Amino acid sequence: MPGWVTDLLSNFWVSLGGKLLLVALMIPLVGMVIGFAEMKLSAKMQNRVGPYFAGGRWGWAQLIADGIKFFQKEDIIPADADRPVFKLAPVLVLVSTVALLVIIPFGPDLSFRDLDIGIFYALAISSLSTIGILVAGWSSANKYSLIGGLRAAGQLIAYELPLVLAVVGSVVMAGTMSMQGIVEAQIEAGYPYILFQFLGFGIFMIAALAELSRIPFDLPIAESELVMGYVTEYSGFRFLFFFLAEFANMFTLSAIAATLFLGGYWLPGVPDDMLPLAGPVILVAKAFLLVFAMIWFRWTFPRFRQDQLQRLAWVWLVPLALLNIIVTAVLKVVL
Amino acid sequence: MTIDADTVRHMSEALVSVELETPDMTLNIGPQHPSTHGVLRLVVRVDGERAYDVQPVIGYMHRGYEKLSEVRSYPQIITIVNRIDWVAGYANEIPFLVAAEKLMGVEVPERAQYIRLILTEMARIASHLVFNASYPLELGAATPLFFALRERERVLDLLESVTGGRFHPNFNRIGGVRPAYGSGSSTRKISQDLPAGFYAETLVAMDKVRYAVDQLEDLVADNEIIVARTKGVGVLPPEVAVAYGVSGPNLRASGVPFDLRKVSDYLPYSRFDFDVVTGQNGDCWDRWAVRLQEIRESTKIIQQAIESIPSGDLQAKVPKVIKVPKGETYARSENPKGEMGYYLVSDGNTGPYRLKIRSASFSNISILPWILEGVLIPDIIAIMGSLDFVLGDVDR
Repeated sequence: MPGWVTDLLSNFWVSLGGKLLLVALMIPLVGMVIGFAEMKLSAKMQNRVGPYFAGGRWGWAQLIADGIKFFQKEDIIPADADRPVFKLAPVLVLVSTVALLVIIPFGPDLSFRDLDIGIFYALAISSLSTIGILVAGWSSANKYSLIGGLRAAGQLIAYELPLVLAVVGSVVMAGTMSMQGIVEAQIEAGYPYILFQFLGFGIFMIAALAELSRIPFDLPIAESELVMGYVTEYSGFRFLFFFLAEFANMFTLSAIAATLFLGGYWLPGVPDDMLPLAGPVILVAKAFLLVFAMIWFRWTFPRFRQDQLQRLAWVWLVPLALLNIIVTAVLKVVL
Repeated sequence: MTIDADTVRHMSEALVSVELETPDMTLNIGPQHPSTHGVLRLVVRVDGERAYDVQPVIGYMHRGYEKLSEVRSYPQIITIVNRIDWVAGYANEIPFLVAAEKLMGVEVPERAQYIRLILTEMARIASHLVFNASYPLELGAATPLFFALRERERVLDLLESVTGGRFHPNFNRIGGVRPAYGSGSSTRKISQDLPAGFYAETLVAMDKVRYAVDQLEDLVADNEIIVARTKGVGVLPPEVAVAYGVSGPNLRASGVPFDLRKVSDYLPYSRFDFDVVTGQNGDCWDRWAVRLQEIRESTKIIQQAIESIPSGDLQAKVPKVIKVPKGETYARSENPKGEMGYYLVSDGNTGPYRLKIRSASFSNISILPWILEGVLIPDIIAIMGSLDFVLGDVDR
C-alpha cells in the first residue's frame, strides 16, 4: 500500500467515517438477506413458493422492491400523536441495532470497536430498542399501540434479567467481558463454551427471542389481538425502520450468541493464520444458523399469553440462569 | 353502569392510590379487526390486560335475507340461503328445502338424498377445516393454515365438480338435485348425473383428508403452547350452553351429546354408522378437538354413503311453477356451525309469506358477554375463535 493510503486510514476521522459507513451499510444488507430468507423459508415450511417474480429468478429482488415501495409511501402521522416522540421512536430502535453491531468481533482485530466491557455494553444497548418500542406505543395515540408498547415494557423487565444472567456463565469462564477476549479464551481452551454453557446458551436464545419480540414471544405485535401492536400507526420508511431493526437485531443477537457460546469466528481445525480471512465467514455462518432456528420457531409456534410469558421468565429462566452461574463459578474455582 | 363484584373489587383497588387514578379504557375490537371473522364489533372495557363488560355489536352485515325471501320465489331463495354461512354454503340449503318439500308433500328420490348427504358432509369438512386453519392463526401459529386449506381445496374441488360452484353451489332443487351442465363425462352430458370418477376421487380425497387431519393433530395438539393457551380457557358449562341456545360442536364440546343427525331424519343419516363426538370440559381445547374429530366422522359417513348410494332419479315430479300449499312448518338441520332452522309460512303463493331463519352462529355468539367476562385480552381472541362463527350467519 502506498504511504498516503496508510496515512489516510490511520487518520482517526477517516477511519471513523469508514467504519460508520460500513455499519450503516451492513444493517440494510443483513436485513434484506434475513428478510428474504424468512420469506423463502416460511414458504418452504408451508408448501408455498414464496417470492418468485421480482428480479426474474427466485424473486431475489423482492426485498429491494419492498424497500423502494416503503420509501414511496406517504408518511402518515396520526393527528393525536405526540409528533416528536412518534418520530423519535423508530430512530431509537434502529440506533440500538447499529450500536449493537459495533462490538461484534468478525475476526482477530476485526471489530469496529473492542470494548473492555463489550458484553455489558451490548446488553445495555439492546434494552434501548425496547424503550423505543414503548415510546412508539405511547406516542401513537392508539389503544392497540399502547397495549403493545406496555406489553413490550413488561417483556423487557422479565427477559432482560435472564439475558444478563445467561451471559455471566461465559464471562466467568473467560474471565473477561471483552468480546474479543471471550473468543480468545475459547481458542485457548480449545472448545466452544456451549459444551459447558448449554444451559446458558438455551436461556440466552429464549431471552433473545423475547427481546426481539418474535413468535412465540411476539405479544407486543400480536397480529390477531392487537392488529399490529406498537407499529399499527407507522407507515412508510418509519415502518421500514422497525422492520429493518428487527431483522438486523436477529443477526446481531445471533452473532453475540455465536461469539459467547459457539466460539465466534473460530472453528476447531482452522489454522490461526487463516482466521483473519475465514473468521468473518465462520461467524456469519454460525449467526445465520441461529437465525435459521429463529425463523423456524417463528413458523412453528403459537404465541404465549402475557401471564405465561412472565411465568416462564421468573419461574424457569431466572432460577435456571442463577443455578448455571453458581455451578460455573464453583467449577471455575474447584477445577 | 352495573356494579358487580368485579367492579367493586376493581374500584377498591383503584382507591388505594388516589393520585394515580386508573380509569378503565374502552377498547373497540372490530368491526375492522384481523380476527373478528368479518365485521363483529366488541366494545370491551379493559383494565390493563383484563376485560370487563364485553358488549358484542352485530348488524354490520345485515343483508335482509328474511325480508328478501318474501319477495322471491322458492327456487330463487335457494341462491339467497346459501350465502348465509358462506363457509358451508351447501349445508344452508338443506333445511330450507326440507321445509318446502314437507309442505308440498314431495318425496325426494333416494339417490338425490344420498347426494345431498354426501355434499353436506363435504361442506362440513370444508367448514371445520377452515376453523382448523384459522384457529391456530389466532393463537399465533401461521403454518397449520396452509395444511388445512390445502385439504379443503381438495374437498371444494369435488363439490365444484358436482355443483359447479365452490362456495355458493345453488345445486339443490325443490324435489331433488341438479348437477351442473357440463359436469360428468361428455357422453353422459344429457343425463346429468354425478361426474365420472366422482366416487373414486371422493374415496381418495377422504383418505387424504384423514391423513391431513392426523398431521394437523401432530402439529397442533402436541404443541405445549397451544395446550397452555386453550386448556381450561373459556369453559362453557353444559347447563349455560343449553340455556343460551348454543348448538353444534360448541354444545357437544361441553359434553352434551346432541346431534340432529342422530335424532332427526331430514337426511338418511340413520343408515350410517358414526359417532357423536363430545368433549368433557367445554373449554377452547375441547371445541378444537371436537371439530377435528368430526372431520374424521364425516369422512366415515361419506365413505359409507359412496359405497351404498342407490341408483335412480335425481328429481321428483314437481310442477313447473312451484307453489307451496298454505301452511307453516319448521325444519332444522345440523349444520357445521350448529343447528340451523327455517320457519316457513306459506300462503299458497310462489314465494313464502314469511321465512324466519334460525342461524347457528347468532345463538352461539349470544354467549360472548357471559363467557368473556373478566378474561384477558389474548383469551378474548382465543375464545372467540373457538366458537367458530361466521358473521354472515350471525346477521343474515
